[in-house]
Amino acid sequence: MEHLTLLIGVVIVTALVFDFTNGFHDTANAMATTISTGALAPKAAVAMSAVLNLVGAFLSVQVAKTISGGIIDEKAGVKPEVIFAALVGAIVWNLVTWLAGLPSSSSHALFGGLIGATLVAVGAHGIHGNAIVMKILIPAVVSPLVAGVAAMLATRATYRIGRDADPQATSKGYRAGQIASAALVSLAHGTSDAQKTMGVITLALVTGGMVAPHSDPPLWVILAAASAMGLGTYLGGWRIIRTMGKKLTDIQPPQGFAAQTAAATTILASAHLGFALSTTHVVSGAVTGTGFGRRGAEVRWGVVRRMVLSWLITLPAAALVAGGATFVALQGSWGVLLVGLLGAAVCAGSWLVSMRRPVDHTNVNDVEELVAPGQPDTAAPEFDAFAADPALTATIPAPQPQTVQKEAAL
Amino acid sequence: MNINWGALASVAGVSLIGTVGLVGLFTVGIVGLSRQQQSARATGYAAFALCAAAVAYGIYLIVG
Repeated sequence: MEHLTLLIGVVIVTALVFDFTNGFHDTANAMATTISTGALAPKAAVAMSAVLNLVGAFLSVQVAKTISGGIIDEKAGVKPEVIFAALVGAIVWNLVTWLAGLPSSSSHALFGGLIGATLVAVGAHGIHGNAIVMKILIPAVVSPLVAGVAAMLATRATYRIGRDADPQATSKGYRAGQIASAALVSLAHGTSDAQKTMGVITLALVTGGMVAPHSDPPLWVILAAASAMGLGTYLGGWRIIRTMGKKLTDIQPPQGFAAQTAAATTILASAHLGFALSTTHVVSGAVTGTGFGRRGAEVRWGVVRRMVLSWLITLPAAALVAGGATFVALQGSWGVLLVGLLGAAVCAGSWLVSMRRPVDHTNVNDVEELVAPGQPDTAAPEFDAFAADPALTATIPAPQPQTVQKEAAL
Repeated sequence: MNINWGALASVAGVSLIGTVGLVGLFTVGIVGLSRQQQSARATGYAAFALCAAAVAYGIYLIVG
């Protein structure tokens, strides 16, 4: 057993920061519809989600054991610097999309970061292309569609079965159903996403020779990852909650219930069969689908289009940032320090920009000031989905200038 | 490139049937409990019990 080096310590802290942004980014998945329909008060909703994420993280270590080995080749010479750069890429992308209020996938940001960093560090042979297509790309396309269709059919079914019932008498039941289904999504999220961070920390420990390859994550890793995710969830990415709960479509309690049940079912069914899919994609697909299920509901295509676009660019964008960061980090200790400083600068910058128009638990459901798509000038100061581009160029002092340009061009 | 269409189809099938089944059953439960008749309430409770069992099975799948 070797000593914990400073570099591995830095990697672990960075992984926990990523885990925090992951929880923060994905609170919306479980709680957006619960909050927007008023089934739970915003603070109570995020607190419940945080506790269930924490519990979920302890349920299983299956994903953690396969997450890193499945996509990148551990034996190809992946060094702690590379993992560090991958995490910085993922964190930067998570913060930028949060600022824009875009529900993009934290998992894709992490995978993109790992792929980009490995490509730069060891080349294409370090990547398992087959696993990327089968485990990431295909589920990314299929899962939102399946969840959307399931949510649409379920919404129709619940309105049909309940059409003769007294709305007053059924509202309590729908509220309970929403809380229960959101709880299940939170639990599934804690299980799948916290494990991704545990997998990365364990990978770092393996590269440092501190744990044997293919071993389970040590208990302190599980504890730390679960706590970081719970804390991130509790603080809540209110901007994304607003997009999912209010902007995609107007959600009634039966729809929220149907959408969350569709999401939970899809996540559990695919986790059981070994697909690492994105909770975010599934929930967004389900919320959009439920908009088609209720007569008179309207799906806002402008928001859906921007959201899907952000899904498409998440993996390559995180890969580009991570690739640039890897190039710099491999130059030596000063490179690692520079990447760390730039990453910290992006975090601070995003937070400062977000303070100009804060979105929190007090105003998350206030969307009357929202403008229709096509009037970007009024929406721009909000750093909303409408203003994704200014946010990108203004807040990524990425390691390479050309990285930023490529991203903006996308 | 080896795409496992069978696994994809079964995920899609399980998701669709599971979602519509659970939501339908839960709605039967809600509607049942909103009525006064004894039989309707009994149906409602039975539907909720089935939902709870399905959810417990789902959690068992994550843990397993």
